[in-house]
Amino acid sequence: MNRQAQAVVLLLVGGAVLRSSLTDMYLRYVKQGLRPFLIAAGALLVIAALMTLWYEFRGSKTDDDHGHGHSHEPRVAWLLILPVFALLLVSPPALGSYAASRAGTALQQVSDFPPLPQGDPVQISVLDYASRAVFDEGRSLGDRKVQLRGFVVKGADGAPYLARMILTCCAADARPIKVGLAGQVPADLKPDTWLEVTGRYTEKKVKDEINGETIPYLEVVDLQRVAAPNEQYES
Amino acid sequence: MAAPDRIEQRELPVADPPSPAVDAPSRPSPRGLRGRVGSVEILAAVLVLVVVFRAPLSRALSAPGLQTWTTVFVSVMTQAVPFLVFGVVLSAVIAVFVPASFFARALPRHPALAVPVASAAGVVLPGCECGSVPIAGALVRRGVTPAAALAFLLASPAINPIVLASTAVAFPGQPKMVVARALASMLTACAMGWLWLKLGKTEWIKLPHRPELAGMSKPAAFWAAARHDVMHAGGYLVLGAMAAATINVLVPQQWMRSLGENPVLGVLTLAVLAVVLSICSEADAFVAASLREFSMTAKLAFLVVGPMIDLKLFAMQSGIFGRRFATRFAPATFVMAIVVSVLVGVVLL
Repeated sequence: MNRQAQAVVLLLVGGAVLRSSLTDMYLRYVKQGLRPFLIAAGALLVIAALMTLWYEFRGSKTDDDHGHGHSHEPRVAWLLILPVFALLLVSPPALGSYAASRAGTALQQVSDFPPLPQGDPVQISVLDYASRAVFDEGRSLGDRKVQLRGFVVKGADGAPYLARMILTCCAADARPIKVGLAGQVPADLKPDTWLEVTGRYTEKKVKDEINGETIPYLEVVDLQRVAAPNEQYES
Repeated sequence: MAAPDRIEQRELPVADPPSPAVDAPSRPSPRGLRGRVGSVEILAAVLVLVVVFRAPLSRALSAPGLQTWTTVFVSVMTQAVPFLVFGVVLSAVIAVFVPASFFARALPRHPALAVPVASAAGVVLPGCECGSVPIAGALVRRGVTPAAALAFLLASPAINPIVLASTAVAFPGQPKMVVARALASMLTACAMGWLWLKLGKTEWIKLPHRPELAGMSKPAAFWAAARHDVMHAGGYLVLGAMAAATINVLVPQQWMRSLGENPVLGVLTLAVLAVVLSICSEADAFVAASLREFSMTAKLAFLVVGPMIDLKLFAMQSGIFGRRFATRFAPATFVMAIVVSVLVGVVLL
């Protein structure tokens, strides 16, 4: 690959990074906190590409003088166009029910349960509900109505669960949190449908067949189909 | 000839330039556009083809397994790119603006003492492992003894403040885990540096040919070094990201459960898992904490091995230091990290 082609590849990679970080697209892959670094990195790549072209076309006295105009970059550098295609042309969606159904629920032991915020119903995260239901045995939930947002995952037996992926760094470390739906649940829930579920704590619990961890249930009062949020992961 | 603002000649031997037959499509002169197909033309053709066949390509990738693969692949790349770029910029700064004499003064003269100093220096550089590979390469080019540069390479992603803080958050109420991680990582890095002094051979390190820096103006040299490192390390990062995505999609979690019950198998399983998953060192503590079937020592091995050697790091090390180096250094690091984690785990956890 000669330097002009390298400059084009750098421009493509930088452009793809800028494109995904200046829109909400990057939220499908990484956390919000990375945004300024993504923008800076994308801008630096674009500048590096422009500087390469500038020195190239100015015909600077580099090693061209010694008779070779190409520099010896390995063929593996061609692979850099793959993430560009994947990002700009395919734009894969955030991880959903396929990934969630293949991994066990990933609750972490917590021992500190501050009182629920105001509101009726009170909107809390799937992770917060599951932690309070499993490790606090519902004490801090009491009889309050809670509202959770998540997508539908089908268990091995076809029973629907409400799930949300939690993310620490990027989607490679994404782990699902699952909550079972008890009570009046429509039978035709399709995987990956986003739901807003209102309900109360119930003592019913099952073991996740994948890793043996506890999945708590929610006694459903109301269930609405909603659009997928911009930020599909919890943390 | 050598004006003060020119770049001094490298001190370390680098690889011979590959023969033109090995080098990917290229032509004798960038301006000799007639008659030959160069890499710009190939790139343009590939781009046109992909845009034309975009719809069938997207459809082919819409199966749930492949879609998850693509998402994980893009995620690993997106997460790594800022760290790669900043690592490359820092390594270009080292290559161009920091005189070699600085490192001679900053590090103890005796290589055996330089090793612990260099690994302790890793504490101040918050970043992922993707950035530390090009930085270590730049240090070697600048005449830092390879043993110290390698100790830095291993220590910096594992014991920087961000990583230790995230470990503390992932293991609440278990500050021992943070101490054990820092201690085991530091010991492994120093042990590998000293092992290199004892057994390592400089000719294994084959820094890629980077001809243009000598005799260029400083800004030109800076951008040339940065471009060169992005192309090298970035290409291999893509390779590593593809491998990590493949493992992520193919290995079902059920396999893990049965392996976690045996203490010896548990340590080995998590060490191998750390290599194949290639998770960023800032996130691996949370993944380790979620592997509840395994012993604390096995989790410690996961946390010590992961930032030091994994698929994408191995690929990047081959790119920056050469394959002969990587095929020796990576297995040695793997074994050393496991041994040290087990020892630290038995004593502390």
